[in-house]
Amino acid sequence: MNSVNDRNRDIGEYIPAPDDDMLVCRCEEITKGEIRRAVHEGMYTLTEIRRYLRIGMGLCQGQTCSKMVKGIVARELGVSPAELEPATSRVPMRPIEMDVFARERKEA
Amino acid sequence: MKRYDLIIVGAGPSGLSAAIEAAKRGLQVVVFDENERPGGQLFKQIHKFFGSKEHKAKIRGFNIGKQLLEEATELGVEVRLNATVIGMYMEKEITVKREGEIEHYKGDAIIVATGAAENMVNFKGWTLPGVIGAGAAQTMMNMHGIKPGEKVLMLGTGNVGLVVSFQLLQCGCEVVALADAAPRIGGYGVHAAKVSRTGVPFYLSHTIKEVEGTDHVTGVTIAEVDSKFQFIAGTEKHFDVDTVCVAVGLSPMSQLLKMAGCKMEDNPKRGGQVPIVDEYGETSIPGVFVAGDVSGIEEASSAMIEGRIAGVAASEYLGYIDEKELTEEFEKNEATLDGLRQGMFAPKNRRKLIEKTEEGCEISTNLLKYGFVADNEIERYPGVTRKAGIHPVMECTQNIPCNPCQDACPKGCIKIGEKITSLPAVDETAQCIGCGMCVASCSGQAIFLVDETYEDEYASITLPYEFLPLPEKGEKGIALGRDGKFVCEAEVVDIKSVKAFDHTNLLTIKIPKEFVMKARFYKAK
Amino acid sequence: MAIRLEEHPILGVPEKGRKVQFTYDGKVMEGFEGEPIMAALKANGVVIHRYTQKKHEPRGVFCAIGRCTDCVMVVDGELNVRTCVTPLKENMVVQTQYGVSAEPFDKQ
Repeated sequence: MNSVNDRNRDIGEYIPAPDDDMLVCRCEEITKGEIRRAVHEGMYTLTEIRRYLRIGMGLCQGQTCSKMVKGIVARELGVSPAELEPATSRVPMRPIEMDVFARERKEA
Repeated sequence: MKRYDLIIVGAGPSGLSAAIEAAKRGLQVVVFDENERPGGQLFKQIHKFFGSKEHKAKIRGFNIGKQLLEEATELGVEVRLNATVIGMYMEKEITVKREGEIEHYKGDAIIVATGAAENMVNFKGWTLPGVIGAGAAQTMMNMHGIKPGEKVLMLGTGNVGLVVSFQLLQCGCEVVALADAAPRIGGYGVHAAKVSRTGVPFYLSHTIKEVEGTDHVTGVTIAEVDSKFQFIAGTEKHFDVDTVCVAVGLSPMSQLLKMAGCKMEDNPKRGGQVPIVDEYGETSIPGVFVAGDVSGIEEASSAMIEGRIAGVAASEYLGYIDEKELTEEFEKNEATLDGLRQGMFAPKNRRKLIEKTEEGCEISTNLLKYGFVADNEIERYPGVTRKAGIHPVMECTQNIPCNPCQDACPKGCIKIGEKITSLPAVDETAQCIGCGMCVASCSGQAIFLVDETYEDEYASITLPYEFLPLPEKGEKGIALGRDGKFVCEAEVVDIKSVKAFDHTNLLTIKIPKEFVMKARFYKAK
Repeated sequence: MAIRLEEHPILGVPEKGRKVQFTYDGKVMEGFEGEPIMAALKANGVVIHRYTQKKHEPRGVFCAIGRCTDCVMVVDGELNVRTCVTPLKENMVVQTQYGVSAEPFDKQ
């Protein structure tokens, strides 16, 4: 296991900051404070943070905020953003209505 | 499932260039793009491009887009628009959303040329209507003929921030200021200078503290930051604005590659998550190539060359050409690409402070901090000379890969030489005829024709002018300095707008002699 | 304030489709066929496109290229339509989106 994900590592207590109420994820309306708290609650990877907070899982699929989220989580863990594994990329790349997803074009 | 020799994702500069090269060699090519119009960001770029002839220098971005599209269409490339590639798999299959249905395609080779997405920063009030990305401003102005706002503050002084600020001015918006948390302007000095001389102030080491407004933007407060990017109390500056434009860099849009299983790396020098590729742009999956910003943030000019390299490499991968042709084409393209990756702003120099030009001139510190070269700094550059009669003054002060001025002069007055990044110098033996081709050719709008002996008491300055309304001959206005401040009264004595200038009007103003090295912009009263 | 450019120094006179009428929250407005709904709204002085689900905050155009999804509105009864990339058609019914509804929050 790489050291970034080592849950035994002491990252210190969550200390409230004045800009904790600043919105980071515009779609799901998640704040910086919520992300910082999630890290201290044990969510060390971006994949976990996404599932825990739904951050980056709204309509835009993290197009706008993912880099900022990465920066915040990295700072909280005391690592460089480049060390964090990005969240998984999955189909569909863009938001799609379920009925479109189910409608496959007939072969010509 | 429909099968193609080559599938290209993205119809921007790199995707179209790749399509052209592959189609030329006989491949059946399809290009998918999620947008309504092809060309990627090229159609929003209305400035003349830098580089040399091979890089399509001096042609405006949207015209390059038109050329590429025509060429691709003539070669039989299918370009599918409003077609969003939503998935890509290791077996070189893709799923596409088009017209409310899902389609499946298989390519024997795939080139991913998806480009980049804008970065964002957050500050108090960043979600208010009126805070927009720089790309949004360009889209509104240059695609839809809509002003993003009346009064705009620009955050970011990279080339995007500088270029878009100038475009805002061209649309008649008031740009109240440019701010950047960095201590130095990130983009080309010439781009900064052309914004600065219109009177727009730059605030370096400043960032947005708060955007004000209840249901839309009504104002913005910026403040100075220290070396750790913390606000310094008491340095706040307030502006009444209706729009705040954010231009803080780009990130590669590489999700499809990661999804397909290409080996990726996080490379801050390339702007984020990028695939690991070889010199041809081939990823860890044989037959899957990349080109353009998706493999590292650069300019449209280098994206086009990367596209050509990948298009040729895909042709070789599928056996349409032999290795010899691949190597020859590669070497040619690589040399052109290498030409672009030189100078102060080369990828290898990113974030480095360069203090001297290749010629040994000190870089203007004023330019880096305030956006203009100070009066007492300008005469140290080889393009700035003084003599009797009309002659070009080239206020080109940084080593950037660009040389159209050298070719533009029919008399050989301008010398850059072999090295495309060298500063232009005046050849004193050649005689300027005042045709103005150099003024119009300069993508950085940094060349002026100066005649210190125009009349007994007066000198004339011919400057590039890309604004509306165009002043009339005989009109009296004021001349502004490089810093955008009042220098003297000025009279318009000539306006030239010919086709070869490609919408860069040449405005000649008459000013008292003593201001000849100061006056660099004209403003109506 | 004139939002539409009559002439651009480089691009000339903007090419537009024919003038059509549409409604915005019941009000009749004019725009050009084929331009993004966003452009027509902006020319009519509309900058608020929706109010968010959680915090009921106003949002408008942010990326203008269909990525961020902040400009979504209810168009012809359909929710979450990206107005920055959806072309305007004659008689379109455009409504402010409140959360995921065309009904203001107090009526939901």
